[in-house]
This record gives sequence, C-alpha cells and structure tokens, in this order.
Amino acid sequence: MPQSLLIISRQAPWAGPSAREALDIALAGGAFDLPLAMLFLDDGVFQLLPGQQPATVQQKDLTANLQALPMFGVEALYVAERSLQERGLQAHPLNLQAQVLDDSALTALLDRYDQVITL
Amino acid sequence: MKFAIALFAPPHAPSSRRALRFAQAALAGGHEIVRLFFYQDGVHSAASNPVCPQDELDLSAEWREFVREQGLDAVVCIAAALRRGVLDAQEAARHQRTAVNLQAPWELSGLGQLHEATQLADRLICFGGP
Repeated sequence: MPQSLLIISRQAPWAGPSAREALDIALAGGAFDLPLAMLFLDDGVFQLLPGQQPATVQQKDLTANLQALPMFGVEALYVAERSLQERGLQAHPLNLQAQVLDDSALTALLDRYDQVITL
Repeated sequence: MKFAIALFAPPHAPSSRRALRFAQAALAGGHEIVRLFFYQDGVHSAASNPVCPQDELDLSAEWREFVREQGLDAVVCIAAALRRGVLDAQEAARHQRTAVNLQAPWELSGLGQLHEATQLADRLICFGGP
C-alpha cells in the first residue's frame, strides 16, 4: 500500500514562493500516481479566488496550474470552511472544484492521511 | 523506524538546528534515515558559502559533516535551489554563473525524490516552513 500524502497550502499566492512550491509537490506526486490530497488552509484560500491580477505584481498566475491538478491525478482537493469564513469569503466563488470542510471534517482528513506536508 | 526528513528552513533558522539534532538523535537511537530532502529556503542549509564567526555554531558545516560521516542520502531540490542561487558546478556551468556553492555530499535532484522518500519511510518529519 503506498503511503498517502496530504499537502497543506497555507500561504497567499503572492506572499512568496510557498504557494507555487506547495503546488509543485502535488504536481510532481501526481506523476507517480500516488494517493495525494491538497488542502487550502488559512491564507492559502486566497489562491482559489477568481480575478487574480498577477501582472500587477510582476508574477505568473497560478490558477491554470491549480486547475491542472485533477489532470495530474490529484483529485482530492479541500478548502477549510473556517479559513473562508475568517476572510469573509464563505459565499465567494472559487476557481477550483474543492470540497469545503468544517472543523470536524478537517480533523478526520488529517487522521486519514499517512503523511502531511505544510507549506 | 525509517525516517524521511524534510527541511524548509535556512541555516540561521532554529528549525534547521532542530532538524539536525533530530536526525542525529534518530541515528543514535538506532533508527534509519532513508533520505534528507531540503526544499524551499532549506536549500540554503546545504549551501557551502555561509561564513560564521568562530564562536558561533556553523550549522552548514555541521550538516555537511553529519551527512558525510553517516553516508546519508542528502537531496537538495533542484528547482528550489536554482531559484535561490544555490548551484553545483554542473548547474553553474549550464546557466553561465560564476559561483558554485553546493558540493558533495549534497545532490541536486527533483521533487520525485521527496515522494520516493515518503514512500520508503515509516514517517516523514518536516522542519520549518512559512
């Protein structure tokens, strides 16, 4: 049985390289057909908002790469409800088909995965 | 137990010291380290250029000696390293850079090595991060 890995992405898309580097772990793992999931937590939920304007900060948009996750075999995508609520985003449309998890579902998710990486 | 150890912090961060002490303790306790994987700012913990005052802890040197003495598999993520200016001789030549600041026992490789280590280990232990 391969070990399952949950990647928790906690940083806003333009707060440095963490959002991209968390995503890169997921994309690389998808190529090996491993049981992977990605959770967007805390400021990481900002990565999922539509209407990003990366050019204004001379950056590249991550949205297309995030949306490619299912094509790379990473279909288990989650977003923390509390993180959305804390930022007033609970009713906001998101750019990714991700399951919204409340606190108890988050706990269950963390229990379910063998290994966790938080960036 | 088999451990994979990932480090995301530079040598001046407390997490880098903790990761090294954990790794030393793991081996001292009879456990195995399947791989060290340095990612994000952790690539700086593998770089050879930091110069420390003589009475301060030289963590880069300690990491290097530890890896060499124990013969550990020590991988530095190539994408993260290039982005942060940590280059071995081959990459410096490839990208026409004058400075080389990564040598053996460290090896530049891809994120696949992190996933492989995770599969080989009983536990993945991560240090540092944003």
